[in-house]
Amino acid sequence: MNSLFTPLSWSDAGFIMTGVWNTIVISVVAIAAGTLLGLVIGFFRSESNKAVNVLFGSVLDVLRSVPLIIQLILFSTFVGAAGYPMDPFLAGSIVLSLYTMAFMSEVFRGGFDSVSPSMQVAARSLGMTRWQTIYHIRFPIGLRAVFPSWLGVALSVIKDSALVSVIGYMELLRTSEQLISRTQQPLEILIGVGIFYFIISYPLSYYGRYVERKMAI
Amino acid sequence: MDYEFHWNVVFQNWPELLNGAIVTLHVSVLAMLLGIAIAILLAIAKMNNSKPFCYVATAWVEVARNTPALFQIYMAYFGLGAFGIHLSPYVAVLSALVFINAGYLTETFRGGFQSIPSTQYSASKSLGMTSIQAYWHIILPQMLRRIYHPMTNQFVWSILMSSLGILVGMSELSGTTQRLQSLSFRTLEFFIVAAIMYFVITKLVLFGASLLSRRLFRGEI
Repeated sequence: MNSLFTPLSWSDAGFIMTGVWNTIVISVVAIAAGTLLGLVIGFFRSESNKAVNVLFGSVLDVLRSVPLIIQLILFSTFVGAAGYPMDPFLAGSIVLSLYTMAFMSEVFRGGFDSVSPSMQVAARSLGMTRWQTIYHIRFPIGLRAVFPSWLGVALSVIKDSALVSVIGYMELLRTSEQLISRTQQPLEILIGVGIFYFIISYPLSYYGRYVERKMAI
Repeated sequence: MDYEFHWNVVFQNWPELLNGAIVTLHVSVLAMLLGIAIAILLAIAKMNNSKPFCYVATAWVEVARNTPALFQIYMAYFGLGAFGIHLSPYVAVLSALVFINAGYLTETFRGGFQSIPSTQYSASKSLGMTSIQAYWHIILPQMLRRIYHPMTNQFVWSILMSSLGILVGMSELSGTTQRLQSLSFRTLEFFIVAAIMYFVITKLVLFGASLLSRRLFRGEI
């Protein structure tokens, strides 16, 4: 029986590092794309009238109320069935970015809404144009207020990126799963994976709480 | 696109999907209740001065918050095997969800408790209330009002994350969907229906929660 399984060795380090790298890449892509899209949509939603808002909101609501794993499976099967099979990285980044966007747009909208209208009126009365008001008043004040929430969403995206493994992307958890099925040493490998996520996530969440505390005063 | 949709097979298997949805609700409710119970203990431990309890609570909270849910589930399902503990998929997913819920809710509870000024406690004592009366009539109702919304969100999150049961072969909604689609190869149809079901469940839960909050707090939230 022993000959079937080979224990964990240093030569597996390269394989694990591929997983680490892929996790980082897809997280960065999703956070960057999701932030940009979310910023645009959040701004648009905070500016636009109620009808547009409700319409947009319900579309984004779907992205937030359906489990990510179902979205991933649906999307990759759908593009496959439509005749344009995508590689897991592309499909995963698209779904994860849209998912991030749904949360980010809400964060940014809250930030923009938190800038009091009287401040904008004041800026206008000082002779600023509409775009100057947006650029110098709403963006800096609104965005600064939401930084901790932004960080919170970004952190959850790093953790949710583990789910992209389900459509075959070789991120950290999937490489570890494959190593587990070869070595049959689940505990050692999983603890290593856990430590990696913790090392990335903990300092950021600590920093987020620090900023939040500092802003509260 | 030359994909033909066949919805019939989905309707034939509708009872099984519904069963899966019930398991999903079941596991998330249980995970929420156990999570709340543990979170209360952890929050007390964290606010306590005794060091060992405080360290355990802090470690629990930080690990739960800073590692992926999928990792927790793998840990419960594969990792515990190293200690000779073999959990069924249901128990593995449940324990992972309880672990995470407890971690997040601890912070919610602690924040809610600390947001009530301690002068309120002193004031109620000076009015002749006992400690228990002060907590029960003054502190807890206000606290519940502040933590109600985060708790609802956590519950919705549990429902959505229980879908990870698909990866360890649990027969909740997504696991059932996965099994049924592998029998019939109608992947799109089944997962579209599952997505709609998750959406409806989430919306119903949120609707119910807002009705309850109106009844509980009478609009003064």
